[in-house]
Amino acid sequence: MYFESFEAFLAMGKHGPYVWTAYGFSLVLLGVELVRAWRRHGQVVQQIRRQQRRESQTEE
Amino acid sequence: MMWTTLKRWYHQLGSPRFFYRFSSVVLPWLFPLALLVTLVGLVWGLAFAPPDYQQGNSYRIIFIHVPAASGALLGYIAMGVAGLVAVVWRMKMAEVMIGAIAPFGAALAAIALFTGAVWGKPTWGTYWQWDARLTSMLVLFFMYLGVIALIKAIPDPRQAGRAAGLLALVGVINVVIVKYSVEWWHTLHQGQTLKLTGDSTIDPAMKWPLILSMFGVYGLYACSVLWRARAEALWRERRSKWAGEQV
Repeated sequence: MYFESFEAFLAMGKHGPYVWTAYGFSLVLLGVELVRAWRRHGQVVQQIRRQQRRESQTEE
Repeated sequence: MMWTTLKRWYHQLGSPRFFYRFSSVVLPWLFPLALLVTLVGLVWGLAFAPPDYQQGNSYRIIFIHVPAASGALLGYIAMGVAGLVAVVWRMKMAEVMIGAIAPFGAALAAIALFTGAVWGKPTWGTYWQWDARLTSMLVLFFMYLGVIALIKAIPDPRQAGRAAGLLALVGVINVVIVKYSVEWWHTLHQGQTLKLTGDSTIDPAMKWPLILSMFGVYGLYACSVLWRARAEALWRERRSKWAGEQV
């Protein structure tokens, strides 16, 4: 580890607010986008099932 | 030999059913690997790499800024290629890919702009400047949003795919402008320090965490594209036998 203490790591010299703002924004956006992409498949499966149910009801 | 392999890949991955199976094999190991590589690269860059002799610790933003910016550019080129295939050969999977590539690309472009602004303040004394690199990157972000909006606006998915493909293809010219903007115009933005050919002008102690975080982010991008594309392929093929078996 380059920093002498965890406090020094958080402080980043005088640049802590800049570095952590940049990383916080980035990780939240990446996380949200990955979860949205990952959930698409389940949503599509639900949509298809719903459509199949509707169609089998109209056939009866 | 290489040509026949490429042609086989083109036809196999062009089949929604093959693509669906292929992605379900790749994703379970690609995602953990990409996540691990990204985290190692970022933690290495944040905590273990030495500070910059001029910028101090603010330069550590590079480990997310450069992967995001280069990922947004590479993603756009991939989207342009998919656009070309969709417009010229009308391949279904290429149309699907355009819509799958755009959202993560837009997120990466936003990250590149935001982290660049936050990095600019302590380094240049300003968050924003309407210069060539920053402006063309903003245009890239809007091109991604334009592709997403166009797909949403056209009800027929095949027509939407081709229209968005054309927009994606035309927008590739902007990628060239972003890439060479630091050489063609005077700009606040520094030139490229990491080079594929020739000597990089970046310290090796900073180079390796940067390379790791770049490949990690590309891997995460690939996962997002595969997840979105396989869901869309399943939806479009829902009337076929193989898709019915997945539900």
